[in-house]
Amino acid sequence: MTRYIFQRLIYMVITMFLIATLTFFLMKFLPGTPLSAADKLSEEQQAVVLEKYGLDDPVPVQYFNYMVGLAQGDLGISFQFDNREVTNIIMERIGPSMQLGIQAMVIGTIIGMLLGLVSAIYHNGPLDYTSTFLAVLGQSIPSFVFAGLLQYYIGVKFGWFPVALWEGWEYTVLPTVSLAIFPIAIAARFMRTEMLEVMGSDYIVTARAKGVNKFGVVFKHGLRNALIPLITVLGPLAVGLMTGTLVIENIFAVPGIGEQFVKAINMNDYPIIMGTTLLLAFMFIFIILIIDLLYGVIDPRIRLAEGE
Amino acid sequence: MDNHKPSKDLFVPVDTTNDESDKITRPSLSFWQDSFIRLRKNVGAMIGLFVLIILTVMAIFGPYMNEYGEYDQDLSRSKMPPKVEGLGWLGMDGMLTDVQSADTLERAQEKALMRFNNQDEFIETEVLNDGSNGEKAEVQATYDVYAAKGMEENFWFGTDGLGRDQWTRTWIGTRVSLYIAFLAAAIDMLIGVTYGGISAYYGGRVDNYMQRFIEILVGIPNLVLVILMILILEPGILSITIALAIAGWISMARIVRGQILKLKNQEFVLASRTLGAKDNRILQKHLIPNVLGLIIINTMFSIPSAIFFEAFLSFIGLGLPTPMASLGTLINAGFQSLQIYPHILLFPAIIISLIMIAFNVLADGLRDAFDPKMRE
Amino acid sequence: MEKLLEVKNMHVSFDTYGGEVKAVRGVNFDLNKGETLAIVGESGSGKSVTTKALMQLIPQPPGRIKEGEILFEGRDLAKMSEKQMQKIRGKEISMIFQDPMTSLNPTMKVGNQIMEGLIKHQKMNKTQARQRVVELLELVGIPDAENRMKQYPHQFSGGMRQRVVVAIALACNPKLLIADEPTTALDVTIQAQILELMKDIQKKTDSATIFITHDLGVVANVADRVAVMYAGKIVEVGTVDDIFYNPKHPYTWGLLGSMPSLDSDDEELFAIPGSPPDLLNPPKGDAFAARNEYAMKIDLEQEPPMFKVSDTHYAATWLLHENAPDVDPPAAVKKRMEGMAKTSDNSKGERV
Repeated sequence: MTRYIFQRLIYMVITMFLIATLTFFLMKFLPGTPLSAADKLSEEQQAVVLEKYGLDDPVPVQYFNYMVGLAQGDLGISFQFDNREVTNIIMERIGPSMQLGIQAMVIGTIIGMLLGLVSAIYHNGPLDYTSTFLAVLGQSIPSFVFAGLLQYYIGVKFGWFPVALWEGWEYTVLPTVSLAIFPIAIAARFMRTEMLEVMGSDYIVTARAKGVNKFGVVFKHGLRNALIPLITVLGPLAVGLMTGTLVIENIFAVPGIGEQFVKAINMNDYPIIMGTTLLLAFMFIFIILIIDLLYGVIDPRIRLAEGE
Repeated sequence: MDNHKPSKDLFVPVDTTNDESDKITRPSLSFWQDSFIRLRKNVGAMIGLFVLIILTVMAIFGPYMNEYGEYDQDLSRSKMPPKVEGLGWLGMDGMLTDVQSADTLERAQEKALMRFNNQDEFIETEVLNDGSNGEKAEVQATYDVYAAKGMEENFWFGTDGLGRDQWTRTWIGTRVSLYIAFLAAAIDMLIGVTYGGISAYYGGRVDNYMQRFIEILVGIPNLVLVILMILILEPGILSITIALAIAGWISMARIVRGQILKLKNQEFVLASRTLGAKDNRILQKHLIPNVLGLIIINTMFSIPSAIFFEAFLSFIGLGLPTPMASLGTLINAGFQSLQIYPHILLFPAIIISLIMIAFNVLADGLRDAFDPKMRE
Repeated sequence: MEKLLEVKNMHVSFDTYGGEVKAVRGVNFDLNKGETLAIVGESGSGKSVTTKALMQLIPQPPGRIKEGEILFEGRDLAKMSEKQMQKIRGKEISMIFQDPMTSLNPTMKVGNQIMEGLIKHQKMNKTQARQRVVELLELVGIPDAENRMKQYPHQFSGGMRQRVVVAIALACNPKLLIADEPTTALDVTIQAQILELMKDIQKKTDSATIFITHDLGVVANVADRVAVMYAGKIVEVGTVDDIFYNPKHPYTWGLLGSMPSLDSDDEELFAIPGSPPDLLNPPKGDAFAARNEYAMKIDLEQEPPMFKVSDTHYAATWLLHENAPDVDPPAAVKKRMEGMAKTSDNSKGERV
C-alpha cells in the first residue's frame, strides 16, 4: 500500500511538471505583458518593469526560474492587483472557495445518496418517479441558471437569504445550494442504479434467507456495496464543482479564487491565470488520488490486492 | 370433473414427430429494430426528441419571424418587457409591476409612481396593504411600458439593455448551442471512435503509445486545457470549436478501445474466426454493431455537457465575444439587471434548460433502448 | 413419521410485460422430519421457484404465490407477513444457494456473515457467536477457522466459499435445509467434496433437506425420495428406488435415459427431443405431450391426474390409466432398470 501511494505521488509530480511546462510556454505565446497597461513608459522605465518580472531574461532562464519558484510554492507576481504575489492572493481567496466547494460536495452527495436510496427502495413507486424527475432537472439545468432562479426568487422576491457578498454563514446558503444541485442529481441517479443492481444480487437473497430484516438488508448489505461504484463519480463531481465555483462566485460576488480568475482573464493578468490553472490542475490530480485511495478503504478486494 | 371417465378412444397414440415445441413463437427482430421499438415506447425520450425538433425549427426560422436584426440597437426601447397578444395571462403583457412599501399609504403611493418616473397616465396603482393594521403600507404599481413609449409593435421576449430584440437573439443563441451539439457529436464520432478503434485494432506498440498520450491528456483537467486554448486563440466560435476538438473526444476513445478489446477476445468472435471469417467481416458484422450502441449513447451524453461548456465559457467571458449572441452571454447579460428586469435572463435560461433536459432525457432513453441488460 | 412440511396446490406466477408467467402450477408434496427429498427437473421447470416460494424469497413484485398452502409444522407460511417470515428464515428454514461466487457479500468478513443469523435468532453476544462460528467452520471442513473467519469471501476458493454458505445455512440448526443446486457451479472434484459434506451433515444434524438438482447422479447419492418436476408441476414422485428402478412417467424415462453411466460400454443415450413449453401460455392437456413419443390423444386434451403406483410412488401420466395401451420404456432406459428385480408387478396405477 505504501509503495502504491508512493508510486502515485511520483506520477502526480510528473503530471504537474508537464502541466506547469505546458502552461508556461503557452503563456509565452500570449499577447500582452505587464506593459500593456502602461504603454507610455520610456525605454528605461520599461526595462525596469521587465526586469522586475524577470521578463528580460532569455526564455529558458525564465522557465528555469519559474520552475524553481514553483517548487518553493512561489507563483510569481501579479501584473495587476498592486503587484502582489500570486501565492498570497490565492491563499487569501482560497478559503471561501474551499468552503463553498466542500459544503456543496458534502450536502450534494449526502442528499443525492438519500434520494437515490429512497428511489431504489420504493422502485417504480411515486417517490421514485418524483426523485428521478427532479434528478433529471438537476442534472440538466446549468448551475448558473439555477443560481439566477435562487437569486431572484429566494433572494430578491422573498428576501430569505442575502443575494450576494460574503459576510457570514447565511451568505453561503444560496451559492452552496446552486452548486449542490448538480452533485445531488448525479449522486441520486447513480445511487439509484447501483442500489437497484446490488439489491438484485445473490448475496442479498442470502442475507434475506438468513432472516435479516429490510433495514439490515438495505443498509448493512446493500449500501456499502452500492457506495463503492459511487466513489467513481466523486472525482468528476469535484471537478464539476471547481468549474461551477468559477461562475457561482461571480454571480454571488463571493471573494474566492473563481471570481479572481475571471477578473484576471478579463485583465490579461497571466501570472494569476497561470497560478490558478496550476492550482486547479493540482487539486484535480490530488482529488483523483484521494478517491483511488478511498476505494481501497471501502472495497476489501482492492485493499488486499494492493497489499499482496 | 369431466376427466373422471375419459373416453376409451382417446387412449390412442398420436404422432409427435413433427415436434413444434422448438418453434420460436415470437417474431425475430434485429438488434436495431428491437432497440428502436423500445425507444419509441419511451414517452420521455419521445418528448425530448419532439422538443429538440421544435427548438431546431425555431432556431432556423425564429430570427426571421420578426423584422428586428440580431444587432439592431435602439436605446429608446431598451429593457422592454415581453409582450405577445393573447398571452397576457402568462405575464407576457408588456407591463412592468413593482411593489413599494412605506410607513404611510401616501408615501408608498408616491414611491410606486416614482419607480416608473411618475408617468401617471400609464401607471395603475393598487393598494395591497393600507398600513392601518400597523404594518407597512404596500402599493403595487403596474406600468404599461408599450403605451408609455408609444410602441406599436410587440417584442415577444422583450428587449435587452441596448434595445436589441431578445426573441431574435435567443434563437440566434440557440443556433450556437445546436452547432456545439452537432460539433461535439462529430468530434466524438470522428476523432474519438477512430482513435479508440485504431488503438484497439492494431494493439501492441501502437496501442501502447496512443494510450500513453491519452493518459497525459487525461491528467490535465478539461477546463484548464480549454481555458489555455481559448487564451491563446481569440475568444470566438472557432476557438471554442478547437478547444472542444482537443478535449472532447478522450472519453469516447477510451470507451471504444475498451469495448473493442473486450469484444475481440469474446467467443462469438473467435467462433466466427474459426469458421473462416475475414477481418473485414468480423469488423462489420461483430465489432461495429456491438460498439455502435455504446457510441451512440456516449455521444448523446457528451452533447449536453458540450452545450453546457460553451454556455459556461460564454458566461465567464471566454466564449463568444460581446456583440454576438449565445445563450451563455445572454444569460450573463440577464444577471446584470436581474432584480428589476428578470425577463432578460428568463427566456435564454428556459431555452438552454429545455435543450439540456431534452438531450439528457433522449440520451437516457437511448441508453435504455440499447443496453442489452435491459432486455426482457 | 411426523410431517414437517406439507405443500398443497401451490401456484406461483410472475407478472411480466408479456403477461402472467405461471412458473409453478399446482405443486403438492410433503416432507417428513429428517428426510431428504430431491427435486429434479430441467432448467425452468420451476424447482428453484418452488423452494424460493417456500421461504417467500421470490421477488415480489413481479412474483407472487397465487394460491395454495405451505404448512410448516402446521403453520401456513404462504399467509405469513414479511416480519413473521424473518423469524423463520435462517432459524427454522435455511437455504444453500447455487453459486458460491456471488452468494456471499463481498464487502463483509466471512465470520460476520455467519454470525449475523446467530446474533439475530439465538440472541448470542459477539463472543458466543464467534465461538459458534469457529465450530461451524470446523464442521464444514474449513481449517484454521480462527483466522479464516476474519477474511473476505474473495480470499476463499469456490469450494471453500460453498462451505461457508453451508455454514451460514447450518448456523441456527434449522429444521429444514433447502439446497438449491449446491454443486452445479463447482468443479467436479469439488462437487464430490461438497456432496460428502452434505451427507456428513445430514448424519450429524437431524435437519430435513430439500435438494434441488438437475443431476440424477447426485440424487441417488443423497436423497430418500425424489420428486420430478416438469413445466411447473410434479410429474412423478417416489422413493429413490421407485424412481430409478421403476419409473412410470415418460419424462422420468427421458431424464434417466439421458444420464450417462460408466457401467456399460455399448451405451446409447436417450435424448428428450424439443424444449420445455413456454409457461406464458402453457399448452392444453399434458405439458409434456409435445415431446413425448408415447403421447396419446388424451394427452393433448386433458391434464393427467396423479396415479398411484404404490404407497410411496405416484406419477401423473395417462399411460397409467386402465385404458391406456401397455408401453415399454425405451431400450436405453430399460437397460438401466435391468438387473433390478425390485420392479413392481403392478404396472397399472390406481388413481388418487
